Amino acid sequence: MTKLLSDFAVGQRGRITKVNGDGAIRRRLFDMGVTPGADVMLRKKAPLGDPLEVNLRGYELTLRKVEAACVEVEV
Amino acid sequence: MKTFALAGNPNCGKTTLFNALTGSTAHVGNWPGVTVDKREGVYKGGAEKVAIIDLPGIYSLSPYTPEEVISRNYILDEKPYGIINIVDATNLERNLYLTTQLLEMDVPVIVALNMMDEVEKVGDKIDVAALERAVGVPVVAISALRKKGIKELMDRAIALRAERRGSTVLGGALAPKIERARQFFEAGGVASPLFHAVKMLEGDEIELKHDGAKELYTEISAGQDMEAAVADERYKYISAHFSTAKNKKEKSALTKSDKADKVLTHRIWGLPIFAVILFAIFHLTFAEDLFYINTIYSAANGGNGLPTFADMGYGTLGDSEIYENFGIALAACFYDGAVFSPGVILTNLFNLLLNYINYGIGLGVEAAGAAEWAASLINDGIVGGITAVLGFLPQILTLFLFFSILEDTGYMARVAFILDRIFRRFGLSGRAFMPMIMGFGCSLPAMINTRTLADDNERTATIRVIPFFSCGAKLPILTAIAGGMCELFGLPSVELITFCMYVLGIVTAIICVIVMRATTMRGAVPPFIMELPAYHIPGFKNLMLHLWDKTKHFVKKAFTIIFVSTVLIWFLQSFRWNWTYIGADDMGESILASVGQLIQPLFTPLGFGSQLGSYGWVFAVAAITGLIAKENVISTFTVLAAMLVAGFEGTEDGIGEAVVMIEATGMTPAACIAFIMFNMTTIPCFAAVATAKAELPAGKFGGTLVFWLVTSYLVGTAIYTVGEWWWTIFIWLAVAVAAAAVIILHNTGKIKLPSFKAKRKS
Repeated sequence: MTKLLSDFAVGQRGRITKVNGDGAIRRRLFDMGVTPGADVMLRKKAPLGDPLEVNLRGYELTLRKVEAACVEVEV
Repeated sequence: MKTFALAGNPNCGKTTLFNALTGSTAHVGNWPGVTVDKREGVYKGGAEKVAIIDLPGIYSLSPYTPEEVISRNYILDEKPYGIINIVDATNLERNLYLTTQLLEMDVPVIVALNMMDEVEKVGDKIDVAALERAVGVPVVAISALRKKGIKELMDRAIALRAERRGSTVLGGALAPKIERARQFFEAGGVASPLFHAVKMLEGDEIELKHDGAKELYTEISAGQDMEAAVADERYKYISAHFSTAKNKKEKSALTKSDKADKVLTHRIWGLPIFAVILFAIFHLTFAEDLFYINTIYSAANGGNGLPTFADMGYGTLGDSEIYENFGIALAACFYDGAVFSPGVILTNLFNLLLNYINYGIGLGVEAAGAAEWAASLINDGIVGGITAVLGFLPQILTLFLFFSILEDTGYMARVAFILDRIFRRFGLSGRAFMPMIMGFGCSLPAMINTRTLADDNERTATIRVIPFFSCGAKLPILTAIAGGMCELFGLPSVELITFCMYVLGIVTAIICVIVMRATTMRGAVPPFIMELPAYHIPGFKNLMLHLWDKTKHFVKKAFTIIFVSTVLIWFLQSFRWNWTYIGADDMGESILASVGQLIQPLFTPLGFGSQLGSYGWVFAVAAITGLIAKENVISTFTVLAAMLVAGFEGTEDGIGEAVVMIEATGMTPAACIAFIMFNMTTIPCFAAVATAKAELPAGKFGGTLVFWLVTSYLVGTAIYTVGEWWWTIFIWLAVAVAAAAVIILHNTGKIKLPSFKAKRKS
């Protein structure tokens, strides 16, 4: 089942299938290792529910929900 | 001398390695056109001396951030002898992503595999020899922190062959496409054709500007998503060969860093914990009653606080006493009726030292038999002005030390994480919070701290509103005038007025940010995609180097502009138009006074202009002298009050002065508040102006000065008119609504404002 990273529950894992979004944001996501095929886990949400903290490629990355909505994940 | 450039991800230990390599030879400047640190130094430990350039920390060579553009252009245009690519071994996968891009350039590369000791500590292994074979360039394991492997790294770097052709890890279906693009660039005589070829396939804007590149790109890509394919292929190659990430995570489910993080970014406790940390920092830097010992003590003793030195019979420690009773003066740096915080103690000690130096200079000037004006120029103009600025230094450093610790431990990134949601409402990212809150202490470190903001417009907007977060030096203005108001107009509480002024400053800042982000500083809310580095304990030496860098910066940049402006103001207030010198007490005849009289009518809408009659110019003069340092506003009051009332003696808190001035000029309460707010939001002190000039993106300085003047004028006028005639609030509201409507309609494209567009500089 495909799900957007922004809709993940805390602790949920999956494998990225597609990255959407406009030029700069997409490029930045790629550069930070958010590419198709990478395993990703939603570690936590900030106290106010946004941004998110995810674990991928062995490190912690934070991104906003709007940016996470560009990432499609197979769960 | 061979030049090597250090390249690597942020947080990979690059700065530590740079410091280990260059020691005291390092110096910091800015890259041309942008305020990103440019560090250079010399390594002397090898067979020959080599120059080291520290490139900004980057994740990739895409042209989207200033750091990435700088690094890319430096390597391509300046052609260093070689690149030392630092790779964090604990985060191999993401770090090697940059490495695979660097390898595509026609430049010798050596990989420094940093933090190998950390990897071994958790029981992992990285086969250095295998890595070296795979990437095709030398790989040396080092520990920058423990200075291990550095000699070997540099020996092998110096021995690198001068020529190297770029190589790529990208293969498979991409290989023929890259080859075609490479031939295109090679035929065009471009250096590093392979690098350009791959970048072009990624749809890189810079590469597509080459003649014929766009057509070739359309042909090769054939509608495919090449950008994703290239990034994917890089990571595939890396994870297939060097993935250590997986087994590491499963081995230790919860590291120490994870545990700390659980608490510090807790859903409920995250924000309160942050508030406590922040309060503690400010308390330790600025509090004159450490841990409220005196407050608690006096509460327990029916209002009798701890004794001051004056209570103990040592007299008030005025300027002359400190030279006679050094022991008491020294002790009073630590305690005088209350224990001081470390920041205040450092300030006191430093100012005691400055006092002695000034005293010595004063004696020297006297002994040399200098003319009265010359003595005043040296004592009041030069030494006094520089002392006023240097006096800030200890507290700036203390504040910086605490914030550097937060930065180096990795907590600062979490603060941005916690607060981003709130700040996005105003068009800023969570990172803008720190500089703003630092502004309550001092604008200078706050402005320097905006370097953590990625977006130029966000940075400019933040720097401009920092002075509205009223700094420590503005507090005396607040308390003196608020005190005077309470005494004269029977208002209940100084604290309440002061507090309201602070809140008003914050509200002004928020409104200004929203307006700027909707007009001149437009732009989408910058994306917030960043690494949260693992927590670690900061190294002492690095902290100190950090501090030293910032001190040098402050002292150097601040000195030139401050020096010139203090001497200028000294001249204006000490001379008549006919170039004859007047003593400090007769300021009424000075050039400055007539300038004050000249501009006095300008302040009429703010309530301290023409309506105050013949003495109204004193407020204009006080506002001008406040430009040197906001402390000067009250000391100017003292001089002027003595002029208004014969035999007036200055009071320590300035309230007496304020009373005299308000009474003599007949200022209304609304005008008093307008005066406070004007000083709070207008051009800050020269030191802050100099810092703003250094930190603002090119071309934004003039606009910033205008912004400060216009804002303070509007705020002052609004307060005065509404305070005098309450119904004017409807006019102000109507204007505000109309302005907002025009901005919104314009931004949504409903109406066109040609002149507005033309005025926009960017």
